[in-house]
Order: sequence, then structure tokens, then C-alpha cells
Amino acid sequence: MLTFSTGNKAVATAVKDAKTVVVAAYPITPQTEVVEETANNVASGALKARYIPVESEHSSMGACIGAAATGVRTFTATSSHGLVYMCEQIHMSAAARLPIVMANANRALGPGWNIGAEHTDSMSMRDSGWLQAYVSTVQEAYDTTLMAFRIAENENVLLPVMINLDGFLLTHITQPMDTIDDLGDYLPPTNTPHAIDINNPGGYGTLTPPTEHFKFRHDIQRGMKDSVAVIEDAQADFAKRFGRTYGMYEEYLCDDAEVVIVAAGTLAKESEVAADILRKEGIKAGVLRIRWLRPFPDLTAALKGKDVVVIDRDYSFGLGGILVNEIRTKALEAFIGKDGKANLPFSVIAGLGGQEVTYDDIADFVRNRKSGGELWFGVTE
Amino acid sequence: MYEIRLHSRGGQGGVTAAKLIAQAAFLDGKYATATPLYGAERRGAPVVSFIRIDDKPIRIYSQIRKPDLVIVLDTSIMQTVDVLAGLKADGKVLVNSQHPMELGSHKVYHTDLTGIALSLDLVLAGNPILNTPLLGAVAKAGIISRESAQKAISSVFADDRNTKAAVKAFEDMEP
Repeated sequence: MLTFSTGNKAVATAVKDAKTVVVAAYPITPQTEVVEETANNVASGALKARYIPVESEHSSMGACIGAAATGVRTFTATSSHGLVYMCEQIHMSAAARLPIVMANANRALGPGWNIGAEHTDSMSMRDSGWLQAYVSTVQEAYDTTLMAFRIAENENVLLPVMINLDGFLLTHITQPMDTIDDLGDYLPPTNTPHAIDINNPGGYGTLTPPTEHFKFRHDIQRGMKDSVAVIEDAQADFAKRFGRTYGMYEEYLCDDAEVVIVAAGTLAKESEVAADILRKEGIKAGVLRIRWLRPFPDLTAALKGKDVVVIDRDYSFGLGGILVNEIRTKALEAFIGKDGKANLPFSVIAGLGGQEVTYDDIADFVRNRKSGGELWFGVTE
Repeated sequence: MYEIRLHSRGGQGGVTAAKLIAQAAFLDGKYATATPLYGAERRGAPVVSFIRIDDKPIRIYSQIRKPDLVIVLDTSIMQTVDVLAGLKADGKVLVNSQHPMELGSHKVYHTDLTGIALSLDLVLAGNPILNTPLLGAVAKAGIISRESAQKAISSVFADDRNTKAAVKAFEDMEP
């Protein structure tokens, strides 16, 4: 059904349409509407779920771990300080191989107090074993939340999935959204092989010697590796059934591009407008939007032989922009020419704490690119 | 692309107004987005919302800098905020005011949204509701259709005084 929705409401609608069984969540700006809307849906009976109000985010993920351990479809949502407050449970939920789905409204961490969009909150969880998607439209937020359940619950994955929406920019914008009236069997019933079964008692989270621990960690990496095929299948089947196509990453005018802007979230959409402007000036620009951060896609072929400008709405202090460093690592060969000389990405740090970044600013980043350089937008040294 | 910047005060319903205008444009068959600009929200503080309307999907998330239309729900804001900032040379202004206003060479619509809301006892927590009558005025200015304005209102508000207020604003405002 064609409707009009905020990014937050899109997530809540997908949680309802996925017939989620347990929701445990704590409201936090700018994610609050996800929790309100979901609580409304449970109260009205539109979603026949058990809604568990909790006293903190650490508890919300704790309740989700308990629920998912019984093998039922489980959801929560958070943002920023809420996400880092549940950090211990984030790692536990992945290590326990529980297919929990969580929406995170990307927001800066304080102090100084700032509630604007920033990706450092979720990206600081990138080593936990959670899959991570970054969405850029209200429609994509709805679609990806639905896919997330199928991907997380797949027996070859069994890892939690985080869907990231830029705080305010996407959580609060209202856009057209087409909801799916009948999902058919797109989301099969959950079938968690290690679900708690009172007729078959077992131990969970017991003391584990190094050999087994090592094996368990390798299993997570295998699940992460296998998740690529599961994501691709979930996206292809989604396109076949519902007509909307998604990839591990999205390309805009990249084929003949001499320079490619790489970004995640709403900045990547805004970059498409910048690419249009640059093309009118004769600069063949394209945009590669990172949709899945974990598992991180192989971008070598996509970026080979091109100038690359990476916009990070995040930072790893003492290293650099998180995206640009992931890209340098995973697509290193793309940046080494036949002559052995390197043409490294230009790193732009922009939009932290909801800093206003326009398509004109992005076009400037491209015009002023310097191989291997780093620019903090708006900061004068 | 048609871009509208809406100035209001926290509690006046500006954010909902932006959503309703965008929703009406969407019902007219256009692509539309509505974005509130949040700062430290508090009742009475100046608030800005943005509405974009286009024939194709909208990829811009940054603020509107060169609006085609500026809407002012509370003219006292004009003492502290330059509501005309960036307004296109042929851009228009719509003010909630009993009296006509002159603002440079810009076409200025005026309508007494507060009076309309009070005449229908359309009041919430002591504040007259301005967003639903505003839709009638925006329809009169030709930005959205009258039918879609009514549909957008009734999809959100069950109380038919809201659509009545929109009809009254539509009829009252000079084109």
C-alpha cells in the first residue's frame, strides 16, 4: 500500500509486518517514534507481540537475548548512548548466535551534548559480529528491516543484524513509502537450531576452554562470510517478489566515472545530486553508496583505476575515517596503478553531530580532492 | 522542484503542518518530503520545517536555502529571524496575519489562521491549531489541490472541525 511515512515509522511498520514476536526497547531521541509506534501496534493488536518495557538499553538487549534464545523473532531499537550502553550485550548477542534485529538511529556521542547524525556510534560496534546495514531512504528502511529478519534467522548466518538510519535526517523525514500487503513466505518461520527446549535441557554460555572458544569465533567469521550469499539471495528474492532492487552497495553513474564518491546513509543520496552537478561541469563523477558495512563488500573492481573521495560521518581517533580505512584495506589493489604508483582515496570527514553538508559542499570535496589527503570539513587548522 | 520553508514556534504544529502539506502534494501524485529541523526543542522557540515537492524522487536531505515559498505561522518570529533569507526573487510569502503585509517586492498572502482556529474552538493545550487551516491557505495559493488537502487532514485528524477550518481559510484568503 502506498503511504507516507517517517523513517522511524517505516521501521516500526516493517516490525509489525514481519509479525515480530518479542520487542524489548527503551526510547531515546531520535529513535523514540520506533518504540512509540511499536508499542501502539502491540496495544491495538495490530502486532500480536509481547512488548517488554525495560529500564535501560543494557536490559533491552538482555531481554532480546532471552527471547531470541527461545527461538522467536525478536526486535529492538536504540541510538547513540543507548547503543554504547548495551555494548556488552551487543557482543554477547552475536557470540550467542542469536538472530536479533535492531534499528539504530545514528547519533553523535557526548559530551559535548549533541543529538545530530553521526555514524561513530554504530561503527564502534563493527567488531562485535553484528551485520550492519546503512539505509538512505524511508522505503529502504522498511525494506531492509524486513530483509534483516530473513538474513539474521538464516541457518547459515544466525547473527544479529543492525539497520542504521541517520538520526533526524532519515528518522524524522517524511517520504512516500510502499508497504507490502502480503509477504507470502518471504519470511519463513524462525527455526533456531540452538533454541532453548525444555524437553531437551542443555547448558548455555558455559565456561569454554581456548580450543572451543577459538572454534566458536571462527564459526562467527564463517557465518559472516556465508552471510554475503544469504544477503544477495534475500535481496534478489525481494526484487523478484516486490520489485525493489538492492545490492551489497549501490552505484550511481559509476561505469564511466573518473572519480567516485563513496559514502553511507543520506550523505550518499545527497552525493548523487553533487555528481549530476559535476557532470555538467565535465567532471565524470559517480557515487558508490555503502549499504552493508558488515559483511564489508569487495569494492576492488568497482573502484579500480578511479579517483576516490570517501566521506566519513564518523572517525576513529588515532587512525582516521572508518569507512576510508576499511576501503583502503579491502580494496587496496584498486588504488595501485600498473606503474606501481598508488592513487589513494581522498578522505573527507563531514557531517559529524549533524553538521549541515549540502550537495554543493560535496561537489567542492570532489573538485579539491588530493590523493591520500584528509579534510575535516569546516575546520581551519 | 518546489521548496517551502515553514517558520513557526514550538507547540504551534509547524512540524505536522509540513507533513500534511507534503502528504497532500503526494496525494496530488507528486514526490514530496517533509523535514523538521530540530534544535533544542521547547515550547515557544522558533522552529523551521522544510517541504520539497517534485515530479521525480527527491535525493536532497540538506536544508532549503533558496525557497520558493516561505510560510510564517507567527509573525513575531520576524523580529528575531530573517524569514526572507535566501527567498528567490520571485518567491512568495504566506503569513498568518489579520492584516496585509508588505515584504519587499514579494507577493505576500495573508490569512487569519489564528482567528479561524479560535472561531471553531480548535484549540489544543491552550494553543489555537494552525496547521489544518494552513492547508486550506496553501491550497488557495495553488501549491496543493483542495481535495488532497482535505484528504491529508482527514487521514490524520478525525475531528471534522479541522477540515472545516481548512475550507474557511481557503475561502477567506485573497488569491
